[in-house]
Amino acid sequence: MALLSNTAVLLGKELRTEFRSRELLTTTVVFILTIVVLFSFTFDPSVSESRRFGPGLLWLAFLFAASLMLQPCFLREQTNDTLSALRLSVNDPFAIFLAKLAANTLFMLFTQILLLPVFSILYNVPVLAAFPQLVLVMFMGSLGLSVTGTALSAISAQARMRELLLPLLLLPLLTPVLIASTEATAALLVPNPIMPWKWLGFLTGFDVVFLTALWLFGEYLLEV
Amino acid sequence: MGLGEDNGMKKNILIAFAVVLLMGVAAYASLFVAPTESKMGPIQRIFYLHAPAGMVSLLCFFVCFVGNFAYVLKRESKWDWLGVSAAEVGVAFCTVNIITGPIWAHPVWGIWWTWDWRLTLTFVLWLLYISYLLLRTLVEDPDRRALVSAIYGIFAFLDVPLVYGSIRWWRTQHPQPVIMGGSGSGLEPTMAKVFWFWFFNLVVLMVFLVRERYRLEAMRGDVQLLEREAEAA
Repeated sequence: MALLSNTAVLLGKELRTEFRSRELLTTTVVFILTIVVLFSFTFDPSVSESRRFGPGLLWLAFLFAASLMLQPCFLREQTNDTLSALRLSVNDPFAIFLAKLAANTLFMLFTQILLLPVFSILYNVPVLAAFPQLVLVMFMGSLGLSVTGTALSAISAQARMRELLLPLLLLPLLTPVLIASTEATAALLVPNPIMPWKWLGFLTGFDVVFLTALWLFGEYLLEV
Repeated sequence: MGLGEDNGMKKNILIAFAVVLLMGVAAYASLFVAPTESKMGPIQRIFYLHAPAGMVSLLCFFVCFVGNFAYVLKRESKWDWLGVSAAEVGVAFCTVNIITGPIWAHPVWGIWWTWDWRLTLTFVLWLLYISYLLLRTLVEDPDRRALVSAIYGIFAFLDVPLVYGSIRWWRTQHPQPVIMGGSGSGLEPTMAKVFWFWFFNLVVLMVFLVRERYRLEAMRGDVQLLEREAEAA
């Protein structure tokens, strides 16, 4: 129970920090928008082509955005050594990870839900028919991005060249998330969408595996 | 492990010589003993290097995972040394596998590369362990480096079955497993002998390389320790 209440307090702190400046969300939204626009020059964005390439494009943009957005996650705790303060204030360091990854999942999901209609309009892909299902896929995908991303952000924060290192460590690890999310999204963007249970189950598996790994090994990353 | 072991050096040269000799015998066997494959012709002989190299690289990554896991639990430098040694040798074998693949594929499939699940998986695996080695070069403090890279190594290894599963569900072109691939598969007996001989050889080579790399890493560790002591004194 202490874990949950600690996490809730820390999550509140993460959200407050972000909503005071909204720097992370604004830059991420603009970044994804830029990629989505630039992608339109790389293929013929007609309705049928967009259905084929759209889901992959969208998730690739999300992946790139995540690898940038997760950068400050642990880095900003280093500036005033607030990480030590956090470590002292909770009895289970997993709460720190849990709060950060919950915040990152929410930020990711927020940007995705914000940008899905924009994508839909720009590429003529109707998304309203399966909107709740799409949100579910996005949630599971974002969770996968955030769980691994938060852990690796704690790793890269301790290295040199961290801005370059995080995408390098994170992106190959996210191959399964990219495939599963893209396939699941593609299944929902066709005229008669069917629920992609297979891929949703796969995403759940990914999330569970890495959440467990983070729970087991995460605390070692916060050792000083 | 001490620094000035002259006998160890001589022994190593002998072992290295034996390994080279074994590799020579294996090369001879694959070129002259094994029969020519009826459909693919001589190019099929590259398979004796290609497939075992891939298998041995997987073995290395498993050893790396064991090292990583043990380091996190026990915090003894030797496990870190094992981890980095196995990862480096694994990347080397994986590179051999990735390079020999297209050499075989071009005449047989007519293309150098295809995004089939086995090829894709190997490539992703290669990238994951390159990242692991890269991460190690970017963390200064030895204990920090050992710990964070061990945890990344564990994450990377856990990712392997997931990458496998996701790609497997998604596409396929590579020839079905010839070794232990169920009924109807299987090698001609001489080919099988040559194949397993190659596999055995590459495992010997792997053990030799990992051991040498481990000794090097251990020496580096010793030097670092001495430097620290010298600074403190």
